[in-house]
Amino acid sequence: MSGSLPSLGLLAYIAASSVLAFVFPQSVLAFLLVEASLLLLCYVPAPLKIKIYLAALVLLILIPFLGTFNGYYLEVAIQIGIYVALALGLNIVVGFVGLLNLGFVAFYAIGAYLWAIFGSPQANQFIPGGFFPLSANWFFIFLIFSIAAGALTGTLLGLPVLRLRGDYLAIVTLGFAEVVRAVVNNLDKPINITNGPKGISPIVKPPLFFKPWLEFFGLEIADSTLYPLYFYFLVLLMALLIILITRRLEDSRVGRAWKAIREDELAASAMGVPVVRMKLFAFAVGASFASAVGVLFAAKQVFINPESFTFMESIGVLAMVILGGMGSIPGAILGATGVTILNLQLLKGLSLWLNGLRQSGAELTLPLLGSYSLSQLPVQFEPAKYERMVFGLILILMMIYRPQGILPPRRDRRT
Amino acid sequence: MELALEILPQVLLEGLVLGFMYALIALGYTMVYGVLEFINFAHSEIFVLGAFVGVEVLFWLQDAGQLAVLHPAFVLSLVIAAGMLISGLAAMALERVAYRPLQSSPRLVALISAIGASFFLQDALRLFESLWRNTFYLNYPALDVLDQVLPLATNLVVPVKSLMVIATSLLSLGGLYYFVNRTRIGTAIRAVAQDPETASLMGIPVNRIIALTFFVGGAMGGLAGVLFGLHYSLVNPYSGFAPGLKAFTAAVLGGIGNIPGAMLGGMVLGLLEAFAASYLSILTDGAFGAEYKDVFAFLVLIMILIFRPRGLLGETVREGRA
Repeated sequence: MSGSLPSLGLLAYIAASSVLAFVFPQSVLAFLLVEASLLLLCYVPAPLKIKIYLAALVLLILIPFLGTFNGYYLEVAIQIGIYVALALGLNIVVGFVGLLNLGFVAFYAIGAYLWAIFGSPQANQFIPGGFFPLSANWFFIFLIFSIAAGALTGTLLGLPVLRLRGDYLAIVTLGFAEVVRAVVNNLDKPINITNGPKGISPIVKPPLFFKPWLEFFGLEIADSTLYPLYFYFLVLLMALLIILITRRLEDSRVGRAWKAIREDELAASAMGVPVVRMKLFAFAVGASFASAVGVLFAAKQVFINPESFTFMESIGVLAMVILGGMGSIPGAILGATGVTILNLQLLKGLSLWLNGLRQSGAELTLPLLGSYSLSQLPVQFEPAKYERMVFGLILILMMIYRPQGILPPRRDRRT
Repeated sequence: MELALEILPQVLLEGLVLGFMYALIALGYTMVYGVLEFINFAHSEIFVLGAFVGVEVLFWLQDAGQLAVLHPAFVLSLVIAAGMLISGLAAMALERVAYRPLQSSPRLVALISAIGASFFLQDALRLFESLWRNTFYLNYPALDVLDQVLPLATNLVVPVKSLMVIATSLLSLGGLYYFVNRTRIGTAIRAVAQDPETASLMGIPVNRIIALTFFVGGAMGGLAGVLFGLHYSLVNPYSGFAPGLKAFTAAVLGGIGNIPGAMLGGMVLGLLEAFAASYLSILTDGAFGAEYKDVFAFLVLIMILIFRPRGLLGETVREGRA
């Protein structure tokens, strides 16, 4: 009996927050409350089975349902999923093996451009015959290609640089990402492969293979509402798969070898851990996750250009991993969710609020300072534009006060 | 080929200017690496800060109506002194806030904190300038003296500002070399770089020397920032990233921790980059142009780290565990 009380409370909370989000479909706060239910799930003492049911209820039914009323909710959820997947990929390299990779976004870019080039008329520029864009069904095949491409580039980058010491490795990966971005940015001549800074569009979306089935059940949904839902479920599926794979890897021989290398490389190699091969494998796995997510990202965005793959993106993902706790899977998920919500909802919400204040032109009367017209608030002061400051603060404060992150990996708690 | 030879002197000049700037910035990386063994990622923002201090001082003189009245040499010295002082102090403050609490942590922890500081400072500068001037892309006011040119030969036109950059850099690099190698404090810096523990046993106040190293490195970065602004006019809070990364490359190229190495590395990289910018398109018949010069610098970095991680003037780097 004592076990069912928290579960009921949780259910009540979920119901209350979703009703709130349903009644106020534009409210940022209401949706935040819905998202918070997932966090609560982790902490409330309830049987695992009930937790899974509740999580499924929120993820599979509530969020898509609310998303049909406010598309932005779904957009946020999709972004969260993408960053969770990226953070998990980086977590393998940074968290499990302890190699600081500052160029993670390069692999993301490689995946995104792989589908963007062949899933749009762009490839006609250098392959004659007018085969392109490829039909939507190729999307899933390219998803698999991208995993291979990511693993290949990860290994190719890793082979020469993995001998370097930690901080040099960080700078070389950063340099690699800049090289990839510069190449993508400039490869519109002599042969136009990436279309340079102008970017590529339109990119083909994944196939709606299930549409006949939906129609069979009498569900007529317009493509414009169907696609966001479809992407949401695709991202969710991908994130869940990645969570599953990383969990299995973490508890395997490979995962133990990775952690041994992180703790003491010399000792690990003395114990017979094939250090270089394990590091390469970590690089390849992380890179292939990022690359697969890139394909999905390209298909979702329809338009991509090099601007989406800057150094800041790498640091953002790094901030997520560090905030959550290096080497911890729940940590990476929490970090990615938290930082994305902070960026997309809290900072944007704050910007909108400030804009509203500015337009209202209300007078603010402060004691001693006199009155100040809010319409004089500088236009440049927009919290949404200061992501870097947020990332920077997260990194510094976490390193000084809590280097192990919010949800440190289990192992640390056991010892 | 005709054309290639024709532009050679101009390319060399361009390379020298770039090279001195990289050398000045690289000193900051290399000195900090010498004493703390970590990459001060936020040094590129210290450099940009110098450029912003320079432009603010010039604006201040302009608003006071003094810019046209005062002797240009005095104006330049004032701007440079202000840039060096503020950048040096900022670097010291950075060390105190973001690095000193982490001295006993693994090196990667300090590096991550430095990256955070770099990002934070970029947006802090942007926020400050946005509130103060309502824009964060600033143009240096024109100084008549700097805009003159000396036509030395038909194919070599030397702008006064290039001469100014070269002369100032030579002077400060020489001064720094003297300071580090011939003075008591310089000896202390080298002692801390060699072995902090023994240095502290010899009565050297290690933390104060580290702070001082940050000040000197930061001041050099600030000087480079002012020169960068005077030479290229336009500055924004994010313009430090590429020069910073290249200067780091220069420091590694020369052998990190090695002060003459940083100077040499800066020159080599500056010249290489100028050559790449001018000759890539000539050599490849226009297929690849100057836009690949950044790629070129990073490829150089990757190559050195793979084949000669100790750099040109390679000291053996102490093998510590990261």
